[in-house]
Amino acid sequence: MTVSKRTGYFGKSIKRVEDPRLIKGIATYVDDLRLAGTLHTMILRSPYAHAKILSIQTGAAAALEGVVGVFTGTDINPNCGLLPCAAEAPDLKSPKHTVLANGRVYYVGHPVAVVVAADRYAARDALDLIEVDYDSLPVVSDPEKALQDGSPLTHPELGTNVAFTWSVASGDLDAEFAKADRIIKQRMVHQRLTPMAIEPRGCVASYNAGDGALTLWTSTQIPHLIRTLLPGMIGIPENRIRIVAPEVGGGFGSKLNLYVEEALCSHLSMRLKAPIKWIESRRENAMATIHGRDQVGEYEIAVKKNGTILAIRAKTIADIGSYLQLLTPAIPTLTGLMLPGCYKMNAIRMDVTGVYTHKMSTDAYRGAGRPEASYAIERIMDLVAADLGLDRIKLRLKHFPKPDKFPFHTASGLTYDSGNYRATLKKAQKLASWDTLLKRQAKERKSGKLFGVGVSTYVEICALGPSKMMAAGGWEWGCVRIEMSGKVTAITGVTPHGQGQETSFAQIVADHLGVPMEDIVVCRGDTSVAHYGRDTYGSRATALGGTALIMCIDKIVAKARQLAAHLLRAKVEDVVFRDGQFLVKGAPKTNIGWATLAQEAYLAKNLPANFEPGLEASSFFEPTNCTYPFGTHIVAVEVDRSTGEVKIRDYVAVDDCGHQVNPLLVEGQVQGGIAHSLGQALFERTVYDEEGQLLTGEFMDYPLPRAKDIPDYVMGSTVTPSPSNPMGIKGVGEAGTIGATPAIANAVMDALAPLGIRHLDLPLLPEKIWRAINDR
Amino acid sequence: MLLVHFLRDTCVLTGTHVGCETTLCGACTVLMEGKAVKSCTVLAVQADGSEITTIEGVAHNGDLHPLQQSFWECHALQCGYCTPGMILTGIDLLRNNPKPTREEIAHGLEGNLCRCTGYSHIIDAIESAAQKISKERQRA
Repeated sequence: MTVSKRTGYFGKSIKRVEDPRLIKGIATYVDDLRLAGTLHTMILRSPYAHAKILSIQTGAAAALEGVVGVFTGTDINPNCGLLPCAAEAPDLKSPKHTVLANGRVYYVGHPVAVVVAADRYAARDALDLIEVDYDSLPVVSDPEKALQDGSPLTHPELGTNVAFTWSVASGDLDAEFAKADRIIKQRMVHQRLTPMAIEPRGCVASYNAGDGALTLWTSTQIPHLIRTLLPGMIGIPENRIRIVAPEVGGGFGSKLNLYVEEALCSHLSMRLKAPIKWIESRRENAMATIHGRDQVGEYEIAVKKNGTILAIRAKTIADIGSYLQLLTPAIPTLTGLMLPGCYKMNAIRMDVTGVYTHKMSTDAYRGAGRPEASYAIERIMDLVAADLGLDRIKLRLKHFPKPDKFPFHTASGLTYDSGNYRATLKKAQKLASWDTLLKRQAKERKSGKLFGVGVSTYVEICALGPSKMMAAGGWEWGCVRIEMSGKVTAITGVTPHGQGQETSFAQIVADHLGVPMEDIVVCRGDTSVAHYGRDTYGSRATALGGTALIMCIDKIVAKARQLAAHLLRAKVEDVVFRDGQFLVKGAPKTNIGWATLAQEAYLAKNLPANFEPGLEASSFFEPTNCTYPFGTHIVAVEVDRSTGEVKIRDYVAVDDCGHQVNPLLVEGQVQGGIAHSLGQALFERTVYDEEGQLLTGEFMDYPLPRAKDIPDYVMGSTVTPSPSNPMGIKGVGEAGTIGATPAIANAVMDALAPLGIRHLDLPLLPEKIWRAINDR
Repeated sequence: MLLVHFLRDTCVLTGTHVGCETTLCGACTVLMEGKAVKSCTVLAVQADGSEITTIEGVAHNGDLHPLQQSFWECHALQCGYCTPGMILTGIDLLRNNPKPTREEIAHGLEGNLCRCTGYSHIIDAIESAAQKISKERQRA
């Protein structure tokens, strides 16, 4: 494969080609679609976390003017398949995930009935006229209580609340623990979070009875995976289904899923022979779009007096809610695999128990299992340093593998591609003026202030991934076509929804073809255009999707060289390709460019023998390994002693995502990720009460970070190319979310250390901190 | 009927987005008589006779408004869903305070949520637009 060029557009901060339509308000999100004859749906959802449905009266709703139909589980479920889960575990117990509730509800927000009406107002009014008689049943909303004898069962027919168990283990754990001078223990709770993309979910399904084909426009990250999975639910074969992800207003993993509403609208469109639209409300988004995180872990660390970490033993409970969504059981396994972080150790064991409770399902939310790991290991490093009276920086440096030890085999069985952890740490310390910062801290402390400095040196797993480790293929697909006019169409199987690949892929393609960026259009997100793809998640799109496009270009250049040789009357081996021109060696003035070649290739009147017309190629890229981006974040905070409020004073982020196609977009990804972390560290948490009632169903109760919460950043990067793809790219979409939470948490705990406070769980709300200060 | 539904469904001006229906996220911000309002909690009848500016009306004669230019240049948007509301809030903010500090900008964006950018680039964009507008004024 061609080694990537480092000239031209690659590496430049170019403003995005997608932006004009977005800043003018003329982009098309799913709710902006206006199909003639569209019917509107509203879904009646359960107000109970666990109840038996005794009866549903739909007559009054159905009789309302404008209402076309009201449907319950009895009408819908026999005609729709069960919602699939793509992740596996040997002992996985799966409840039947029907499209609408089947006589029983298992979480607040569980879809019970659907109204179809001529407009959204009629549909909404009709919801209030449906009468459901519920018989409430015992609820379990706490995962630890769910494991106790006598706990109510989430799904009584399963006979247990344990959904699955999973372990990662390597090395002689018992021997390492026997060698230890000390065993340090800590329980850590990683709270449940709500992704809260600003555009809620929504879809429009349109069935064409004439050709038996369905088009589904849906606000999703994964149109291709939906096309693979939807046939099993609605009975239309894959090759008659077109999925379109139009403009998508943020995902963060919450749209990396197949949801019941997508199958429901598809089915209703077939049934009612009309386009069907469903647009989620914010309240529905909070209760019925996947949540993230929610792990409780007991960690034990075997250490020598000199600080050497021998081994880690962890037992975690993952509260997965009431149903399995697409990847639910896979998420905590990423925590186990990434638990060693950037550090050498001899043995590790993590046992995960996935537990059903009467809540919304958890699944991939930005970081997906890795923030839990980076938080745990980075808190562990600080706890070990504190307990042994060691310097936390020296402790980290001592356990880093050196750059020449890569590929590095971790205690959890992964092979890190490349890394220079010391370099990012040193750079971050320099940007933070580390020594001055510590002096400032000493001074602030002396004056009575609670001033803390926190560090995290994180590593993550990205560019997911080799197909062997993925549920449904980890390759990526692309297609490049030189049009007859010489313009270029690049089609990608990844599905950007804010990441900017229409720009970064145009940069890559332009460099490799030697054409101006303006001549390139990048198409994505429509399965009738991008025939195959594995879409966007796990910070995979640029590394894998970009590489697939380069493979296409290699094929096109090889083919075009034959045509150029024929037209220039030269031997193929004498023709070289440089900057968009095919030249004859020794006669540089004898050359030919893409516009002429393309015209000849499609007119097809003067082609070499056995030469296929056209200039188009498609490719599947199968990566040999994931990539492992890393970095160091340093945070200074001040805690208000009288209120417990945390103020971020300094923020330094140094990230290494390998080569950067467009540093401006990298910066945007990192800053956006840090904002998610800041929310998680300081105030975001999804709360259910003991009755399984969701208490955080709006932005009022689930506050997102606002502009005034954001510190001024000092940002830097180092570049350690990944050997896993020819561009040396690692991925950056989740870096901020993985690296920043532990840095902020460590800073707050450092601020509170003089008061003898050792550990507080997230989020570090003022009240929690105030109580810790005052309850001492 | 809500103003936002009137704009989106009756006028088919779909650049105004709905993110929460409770005045909290600001995606539906429009200018009503020049002032930023959340169109999800204004009834269409309340706006009867008022001049409404949506994102579609911000550019003049095909030229982008300085805020639109700056949002583009500073990479102040990713998914773009909150962007129209951010730009209209920014216009109102700069009308009231033509030379805001970063802190004042952040304060002015209190009613607008963005889940993608982490706000820093949005603040950069409004700062840069303020300079553009002030230069334009000087020239005029």
